[in-house]
Amino acid sequence: MKYLFKSLSVLFVFTLLSCGGGDEKKEKEQVKIGSYKKEETTKAVEKTPATTATIDLSSKGVGPIKNLELPETIDQGLASQGQELFKTKCTACHKVGKKFIGPAPDGVTKRRSPEWIMNMILNPEEMVQKDPIAKQLLIDYNGSPMANQSLTEAEARSILEYFRTLDQ
Amino acid sequence: MKKSFNILLSFVVLFGIISCNNSESSNKNKGALSSNAAEKVYVAPGEYDEYYAFISGGFSGQLSVYGLPSGRLFKVIPVFSQDAEKAWGYNEETKPMLNTSHGFVPWDDAHHPDISQTNGVLDGRWVFINGNNTPRIAKIDLTTFETTEIIEIPNSAGNHSSSFVTENTEYVVAGTRFSVPIPQRDMPIKDYKGNFKGSLSFISVDPEDGGMDIKFQLLMPGFDYDLSHPGRGKSHGWFFFTTYNSEEANTLLEVNASQNDKDFIAAVNWKKIEEYVNNGGGTKMPTNYAHNVYDEETHTATSTMKKEVLVIDPTEVPGAVYFLPTPKSPHGCDVDPSGEYIVGNGKLSANLTIHSFTKMLDAIENKKFDGEAYGIPILKFEDVLAGVVEQPGLGPLHTEFDDKGNAYTTFFISSEVVKWKLGTWEVVDRQPCYYSVGHLMIPGGNSREPSGKYVVAMNKITKDRYLPTGPEVTQSAQLYDISGEKMELLLDFPTIGEPHYAAGIAADVVMKNSKKIFKIEENKHKYGIKSESEARVERNGNEVHVYMSMIRSHFNPDNIEGIKVGDKVYFHVTNLEQDYDVPHGISMIGANTSELLIMPGQTETFVWEPKQVGVWPFYCTDFCSALHQEMQGYVRVSPASSPLELSWSLGED
Repeated sequence: MKYLFKSLSVLFVFTLLSCGGGDEKKEKEQVKIGSYKKEETTKAVEKTPATTATIDLSSKGVGPIKNLELPETIDQGLASQGQELFKTKCTACHKVGKKFIGPAPDGVTKRRSPEWIMNMILNPEEMVQKDPIAKQLLIDYNGSPMANQSLTEAEARSILEYFRTLDQ
Repeated sequence: MKKSFNILLSFVVLFGIISCNNSESSNKNKGALSSNAAEKVYVAPGEYDEYYAFISGGFSGQLSVYGLPSGRLFKVIPVFSQDAEKAWGYNEETKPMLNTSHGFVPWDDAHHPDISQTNGVLDGRWVFINGNNTPRIAKIDLTTFETTEIIEIPNSAGNHSSSFVTENTEYVVAGTRFSVPIPQRDMPIKDYKGNFKGSLSFISVDPEDGGMDIKFQLLMPGFDYDLSHPGRGKSHGWFFFTTYNSEEANTLLEVNASQNDKDFIAAVNWKKIEEYVNNGGGTKMPTNYAHNVYDEETHTATSTMKKEVLVIDPTEVPGAVYFLPTPKSPHGCDVDPSGEYIVGNGKLSANLTIHSFTKMLDAIENKKFDGEAYGIPILKFEDVLAGVVEQPGLGPLHTEFDDKGNAYTTFFISSEVVKWKLGTWEVVDRQPCYYSVGHLMIPGGNSREPSGKYVVAMNKITKDRYLPTGPEVTQSAQLYDISGEKMELLLDFPTIGEPHYAAGIAADVVMKNSKKIFKIEENKHKYGIKSESEARVERNGNEVHVYMSMIRSHFNPDNIEGIKVGDKVYFHVTNLEQDYDVPHGISMIGANTSELLIMPGQTETFVWEPKQVGVWPFYCTDFCSALHQEMQGYVRVSPASSPLELSWSLGED
């Protein structure tokens, strides 16, 4: 498993390198490097990358959650459980109001379906391989993998409820 | 010269016979789908082995985990020796595990692993293994495959007839090889005889958490207690120990301890002694020994010095101990799956001796004694003898059993495994070992239900079997198929250290309990943190504590300033990952210790005492993600006089 993962990572790094690593690469790719650098230097006025901003409420993503109807009102108790979990399991990479290792969570419920959000939390390995938006996000976020934090569906649901409070 | 020529000759002859046998049997069974040796040990990529084999690391002090039949090495579990790869004995959490009454002892000689049992069958909860040199017993938890407890054995020396468990893991037993003055004292060595004693320790095991505690020590005459095995089935409640040096020699033992025609197997009725102890029997003796326990929730070990041990004089408990005369310097002491037969592998004897438990009870009942030694009754050899395997080979050491009434004995000098039948005592088959076999192991061997598929022979010498690697060459194990009438050599594979005994168990009993991560919510480490918001650096005089987290692919904090030359910096690093197989490592340039390798949800600590001003990097040592190479950080070290305040950050400009 570990070996597989490592070889995948190596492969992945290799892929990254081949599409944007070396100076000796094709002109097209040099442009890409340039734009990437520019993005880094203008960090102060950083904009959310286009794909993060893409609004797609129809895609449900890939994973265990096929259909999820959200009630009108937010369950505050559930949301505060979710907030606590988010703090321990997610803040190493996601911060409210700020692009960090991964995207900021605020606004996500306006851009993605509840199923997509849940599947991204519960099934990130498959999502970044198969879901077009997740695939693009992985590239936009420098290949940082979304870590699987082994949450239960109920836990992921509470985090989703917390996200809803951010977008009220 | 002539002798060795003869041995060589018999080797050649044997070899010839075996080659014939092999071709014969392979011809006989050949069909379109018949398998050869390679197919029998081939486990296809991604598939699992059928058995775990826990093979002792001998003088490496560790325990190795192999798969059978492939012979693939999965893990080396650090037990008695420091292991830089896993920071065992280097990080602050595990240093106490190697504490003893002699201080920190970072090495031992690990011999005989044995797996815990319930109702005489392996339950796969723990593996116990003995440290031979500075007497200790370790317990490895098979949910984590980590050493979680080490107890030192006082009044013992050369802890060799250890660490074998009883049918319900009531006790793990540790016997002394070398007799010593008890209590230790300054006395002439030549006064050994009659003054030195051999201790046999019965360590109770808590059925819930496996906690070990020395229930009692039996203080026996000053012989060498070489190996042991528990009774089972009908003989459950008894324990059997081989002895040599019943001459009580204290010098040139290779001659002086080989004088007596017979030594003994000591039969100990531990249930009787347990009852005596539970009724207040025995004497509390002042002593000093370490009891080290690793807590899975604090991820931290503690070492406690114990000051007292309960000792038993065997003559105080009538009917508790008997001697069974056994030729000649017996080594292995092995009990068959039914509990009826006790095999004494007399190293210097031409024949193998098998005692009968039923006859032993009968002889005891009818008081058929042949004198006594230090007040312990000696039973008459003929009265307890079940049978003899006549001249099966040279230098018998150990015997294991299959599920079909056969026994398999190793012969060190003639370098072979000999298969023989229980009850008829006839030799059925023999196969050579390359070379000089010691122990052998059948999965489930020390239980009521051994498997009948494989035997693993562990060799002391390999000479020309592998590519040479200078004067020191690998040790090895050899796997034989024992499912048929004739044994078939399938595989050689190298081992770590010198493999002594091993313990094997069906994989499905163990693998379903194997832990994948440590839950971060359950992390009770004193310096652990549960989220990045708790990451910080604190100063207390010249002691600095860094509360650091790690997750793919960064440390928090990753920039630290305000550290000064002369500080003692503790890095307490928590892996916040909660996914399977995502450990992270950390190492600091110039730290006088090893890296840390931290499992998901775990906290570990290393100490760094910076000696030079500068900006010093640290980094992740375990390739963790596509951005592993980015997982790095800096510590700025200022002169001792610097007024710079502590500061730390991650991702700030």
